[in-house]
Amino acid sequence: MTSSMDLFRQVRSAITEVSPSEADRLRAEGSILLDVREPSEWDAGHIPGAIHVPRGYLEERIEAAIPDHDRSIVVYCATGVRSAYGSATLGQLGYRNVANLAGGIEAWRRLGLPVEAPVGLTPAQQERYSRHLLIPEVGTDGQKRLLDSKVLIIGAGGLGSPAGLYLAAASVGTLGIVDFDVVEASNLQRQVLHTTDRVGVKKVDSARETIEALNPDVEVTAYDTALGSDNVERLIGGYDVILDGTDTFDTRYLLNDAAVAAGLPVVHASVFRFEGQLTTFVPYQGPCYRCLYPTPPPPELAPGCSVAGVLGVVPGIMGMLQANEVLKLLLGIGEPLVGRLLLFDALAGTFDELRLARDPACPVCSDTARATRARGELLTVPGPADSPFVLTSVEGSR
Amino acid sequence: MSRVHIPQVLRPAADGAKVVDVEAPTVGAVVDALVEQHPALGDRLRSPDGELHRFVNVYLNGEDVRYLDGLDTRVGPDDEVRLLPAIAGG
Repeated sequence: MTSSMDLFRQVRSAITEVSPSEADRLRAEGSILLDVREPSEWDAGHIPGAIHVPRGYLEERIEAAIPDHDRSIVVYCATGVRSAYGSATLGQLGYRNVANLAGGIEAWRRLGLPVEAPVGLTPAQQERYSRHLLIPEVGTDGQKRLLDSKVLIIGAGGLGSPAGLYLAAASVGTLGIVDFDVVEASNLQRQVLHTTDRVGVKKVDSARETIEALNPDVEVTAYDTALGSDNVERLIGGYDVILDGTDTFDTRYLLNDAAVAAGLPVVHASVFRFEGQLTTFVPYQGPCYRCLYPTPPPPELAPGCSVAGVLGVVPGIMGMLQANEVLKLLLGIGEPLVGRLLLFDALAGTFDELRLARDPACPVCSDTARATRARGELLTVPGPADSPFVLTSVEGSR
Repeated sequence: MSRVHIPQVLRPAADGAKVVDVEAPTVGAVVDALVEQHPALGDRLRSPDGELHRFVNVYLNGEDVRYLDGLDTRVGPDDEVRLLPAIAGG
């Protein structure tokens, strides 16, 4: 019969141990620090840059977390006991360069070595967002970042509804919603933020009710107004990302011009019957809306949903793809659709991708326009003589 | 033959065609051939001076022809041409 002390002695004699200062030196040289404690201990403070795989999941998850078996790894727990067993497990799995941190993070702390401040998700939040927390690309830090993020949705309609629902579910902490309209029965075929008993209610109020019921972590800021040249700068200021769910060309150009001036990314989608277009405009990194479409078509050539109709699920899909783009931008992961236009054809069931380029002569985002704006000079965007639209003039705002 | 994809918003002017096969050496000639087959497309694609409308983009194998050689861009037999008009619905 082997006692637990005997077993620990055996394990310890078979592994390499390092002191906190040696571990810190290895960390500086690029070794991975592997925290094998429980999630609640990790959340209460961990070594900066460490990877977290609870000991109970070590065998199952370590190869995904650290594929290279020759990588130098320092394993730690609270006091160095659980991590000693963890180190032995890594040795059995073929990791050749493993050391246990003697005394654990407690000895590390006593030497005054750095510990990352807890990021503070409540137990209820840990439960609600647990499927996000399991994804390394999101995790606690990413979830906290979403909770601290501000996204402005222009239009609580076909695109804004699914996007608003998923961004709220994902816990984007502040959702601004701009809409001047009231809910109509004809909206309900696709605008899933709204309900039958709210026909006649302001869309921003209906959206707020749905979102607050879905996720009390989200604060909804409702703007019961139409986006106009007199308010666009004020409305978009202070947000991290803008989601363009508008349904007219003039608001799309207006938003584009103001967002470029403010340096804010706009996630764009538009739909027609069974088709959708999606792209992400990040000022100066890729084209803007005017680079893509220098002028709007005359209205008779581009009827909106209220005239042409739309399969309800098409804005649903495009709005969710917009939410996906927003989340990637907020989390800094993946490859946002900057300089790429995604085309969706619901009938064919296909996605196609087109490459977009910045227009060197763009009146809004060209280097010349940018320099003009930087000098604080008035930037005027000329509209074509035959255009029925009032194209906005944007003053240099910064 | 190069394949020209017609977006939904332009299909009524193209007799409902989704894809039109065209034999033409340049983007401009592709547009001419398209308009010859479907005259109603003429006003939808070109302004009175014969240039493409600024609100209709043409992509050759996924690249905007404005950044290639415009209407003079060469089109090969297996190339894919896509017309892309602006749509605003949301």
